Amino acid sequence: MQADRIIVQSEDFHVPAEYQQIAGDNGDGAVVTFVGKVRDFNDGSAVTDLTLEHYPGMTEAVLHKIVAEARERWPLNFVTIIHRVGTMHLGEQIVFIGVSSAHRKAAFAACEFLIDFLKTKAPFWKLEASPDGAHWVEARDSDEQAAQAWNNGDS
Amino acid sequence: MINVLFFAQVRELLGTASIQVAADNIATAAELRAHLAGQNDKWAQVLDSDKLLVAINQTMSQWQAAVSDGDEVAFFPPVTGG
Repeated sequence: MQADRIIVQSEDFHVPAEYQQIAGDNGDGAVVTFVGKVRDFNDGSAVTDLTLEHYPGMTEAVLHKIVAEARERWPLNFVTIIHRVGTMHLGEQIVFIGVSSAHRKAAFAACEFLIDFLKTKAPFWKLEASPDGAHWVEARDSDEQAAQAWNNGDS
Repeated sequence: MINVLFFAQVRELLGTASIQVAADNIATAAELRAHLAGQNDKWAQVLDSDKLLVAINQTMSQWQAAVSDGDEVAFFPPVTGG
């Protein structure tokens, strides 16, 4: 089991380099990665920029806790979470999650678990800028339900 | 003193990111919230939101959780990262 790589930064990340970081162990038969991006429309309004605010210190602590929970559920080797903060433009990358494991089912499940929990537990907030002005993104019930489902034995 | 932090929309609406509050007569997160809401109408309106969340020393907490001198207590809306 490798040390967790958990980073909160303003700079963009390079997916091939992050893949290399978690794909180097021949005991792993599966690597699953997820990248979240700034998309063009949210709730019907055009998005031009996204500004991510977070709670320094608590953010990293929560992410480490989420990864520890994932490691209790599945046999994982490498785990990387990179979340950007500050202002990002349309199409830019926001978040990277990568996991490696001996088998694909654990890697797929852990990656989905990590993004579901990150979205509902980690103290990040999105401010969207559109031609109509800036507004704070509302939390979605569907995200909360996705995280809850992992505790209800649905997965 | 209790170090109180505000984030996102709560910070923006209150117009401040942090304040220090004397811990006298404040025993729980709910009491701290009520104390802050008593500042003026605007603070009352922002802090009365039923979606408001609280973290004590960087851990998500319940409103009845204890707070004491030297704690860091943060108020913020539901999170929206990822």
